[in-house]
Amino acid sequence: MKVEQPVTDKPKKYVIELKKMRFRWPGKQGWQLALDSLQLEPGQHLFIRGASGSGKTTLLNLLSGITTPNEGELWLQQTAMHQLSAAKRDTLRAQQIGVVFQQLNLIPYLSVLDNVLLVACFANQGAHALTGRAIMLLQHLGLNDELHPKKASELSVGQQQRVAIARALLLRPALLIADEPTSALDADNRDAFMKLMLAEANESGTTVIFVSHDQALQGYFNWHLPMDQLEQGVQPC
Amino acid sequence: MLMKLARLSLWNRRGTVAMTVLSLVISISLLLGIDHLRHEAKNSFTSTVSGTDLIVGARSGQLNLLLYSIFRIGNATANISWETYQRIQNHPQIGWTIPISLGDSHRGYRVVGTNQDYFKYYRYAGQQQLQLAQGTIFQELYDTVLGSEVAARLGYQLGQEIVLAHGIGQVSFSEHKDKPFTVVGILAPTGTPVDQSVHVSLEGIEAIHIDWQQGAPMPGRRVSAEQAQEMDLTPKAITAFLVGLNSRAATFLVQRQINEFRGEPLTAILPGVALAELWQMLSMVERLLLVITVLVLLAGLVGMTTTLLASMKERQREIAILRAVGAHPRTLFWLVQLEVLLISLTSLVVAMVVLMIGLWLGQDLLAGRYGLFIGLNPIRQSSLQLMGLVLGLALLLGCIPSWLAYRKALTDGLSVRL
Repeated sequence: MKVEQPVTDKPKKYVIELKKMRFRWPGKQGWQLALDSLQLEPGQHLFIRGASGSGKTTLLNLLSGITTPNEGELWLQQTAMHQLSAAKRDTLRAQQIGVVFQQLNLIPYLSVLDNVLLVACFANQGAHALTGRAIMLLQHLGLNDELHPKKASELSVGQQQRVAIARALLLRPALLIADEPTSALDADNRDAFMKLMLAEANESGTTVIFVSHDQALQGYFNWHLPMDQLEQGVQPC
Repeated sequence: MLMKLARLSLWNRRGTVAMTVLSLVISISLLLGIDHLRHEAKNSFTSTVSGTDLIVGARSGQLNLLLYSIFRIGNATANISWETYQRIQNHPQIGWTIPISLGDSHRGYRVVGTNQDYFKYYRYAGQQQLQLAQGTIFQELYDTVLGSEVAARLGYQLGQEIVLAHGIGQVSFSEHKDKPFTVVGILAPTGTPVDQSVHVSLEGIEAIHIDWQQGAPMPGRRVSAEQAQEMDLTPKAITAFLVGLNSRAATFLVQRQINEFRGEPLTAILPGVALAELWQMLSMVERLLLVITVLVLLAGLVGMTTTLLASMKERQREIAILRAVGAHPRTLFWLVQLEVLLISLTSLVVAMVVLMIGLWLGQDLLAGRYGLFIGLNPIRQSSLQLMGLVLGLALLLGCIPSWLAYRKALTDGLSVRL
């Protein structure tokens, strides 16, 4: 493991904890993903570097509870994700995990505000009570009020990615998983985006797992996990 | 929120959705329209004659008797002598009779020889009496009262003189040219074969045949119209007569007595029973029509499924996003089913409106051209059942794209495979 864990004395209360996790796609030989140990404390943002095809999509599917490991354990804030039913993992994802994709994060025909509030519906929370926070988050991310009723498809790519951040952080989740969210942005926008995202994540008390092949972004993170240097027997998928 | 998603998603694809709805509207309104017309036609048909307890004619099958006496289709096998008619008429149980004498025509329309009782006792569609739109009923020997369609089609006015033709063909070579009839009355539309009839008195029928023998004018003997008026015009025979009884309870008794009448072989039928039997034969056609419209509906629903299936490809991203925010694959199944429900409900409502407008517009045409009187409200138990069937079939077929959405949600997870 190349995850550099600083030694601390206080009792560990991990946001996410992996123990001897093994995963293979059905019908394939050998493990496609093997990760013996990964522990993140609150506020420890992790950078996962890997080219496409290095198994990072699989890792993200596992971390977000879309799929479960064949072996090993996966804990999200003292919840054993590897033991939950699919439906419970879905609800847990809605409540505790925010996800931001490379691009096209938004339902194009919904308004900006509705896109942010979308997550509330699946987390069994009233959208009304969260409207205030949604507007605040959008404003913090530089999206003024006149943009909120607009259809998501009318926004620029950079704006859309910021709306995605607002949605991911709406419920103050424990974990934010970002899968190359800056790949469609130019350099200036990218840096602004990174700063805003990390600032808002810290504000919400959310731990970020950031996946990218772009080494230039490594500097924003203290903890790094290069996918191509994972343990033996792992074949790219 | 799910509802909002389904609604806005459909609105987002409104072009294709509109075409889908259009095709469904066409097939649903066709289905409901045919079902409606089927019921209305049956109503109209079975109410052709009412209030009549028995129809009496020379011995023949009951359908034959019904067809020529009420629907003016086909011919009588034989006549009833005037003496027999008089004797039965005096039966203590019989309240009234309407004599009918057939055999002549006017430009394809049947001539009905009868008397004033026809206008007094004939009932159709429940308790409706024949109404005169213009003029009066016949009083003089050469007076005639036209059915509404006859007058409208041939453009006849009151006071006009018409010539009756011997026989019932569209084109006749032997006409009663010497004894023209004057139009004195025109009946209001009834939606029954009465509209297609030319009514004259029994004496009138007798008068025009006074110098005829065996279907042709007697050579060398001419009786002018004026001379005929002076002669004894008591009919020698009639074709059939309708009977109203004093008490309905006596129907079967009187029917048996007429059937067993010794003087002459007669048949008495119950019009309701005969009408139902006739409709049974005709209903083959309407059932076939209904089957065809169900197939048209199926085609429309398959079209909807195809459209939804095609849209699934471009909605992979949507599915991934919804999965990312915590939607269960089941939710995506129901999301697509909700869209199916919205499409089919919209189609049903629009189809209903289209049908009502269509009926409203077509009402006059159907009444004028075909004598078919239709109600404007197509909602009845059978149409509600059909609407339920449409909805059920739609949701059943909707399972295909819904299941696809479910599969995609389950297998693709957050990634989008193109």
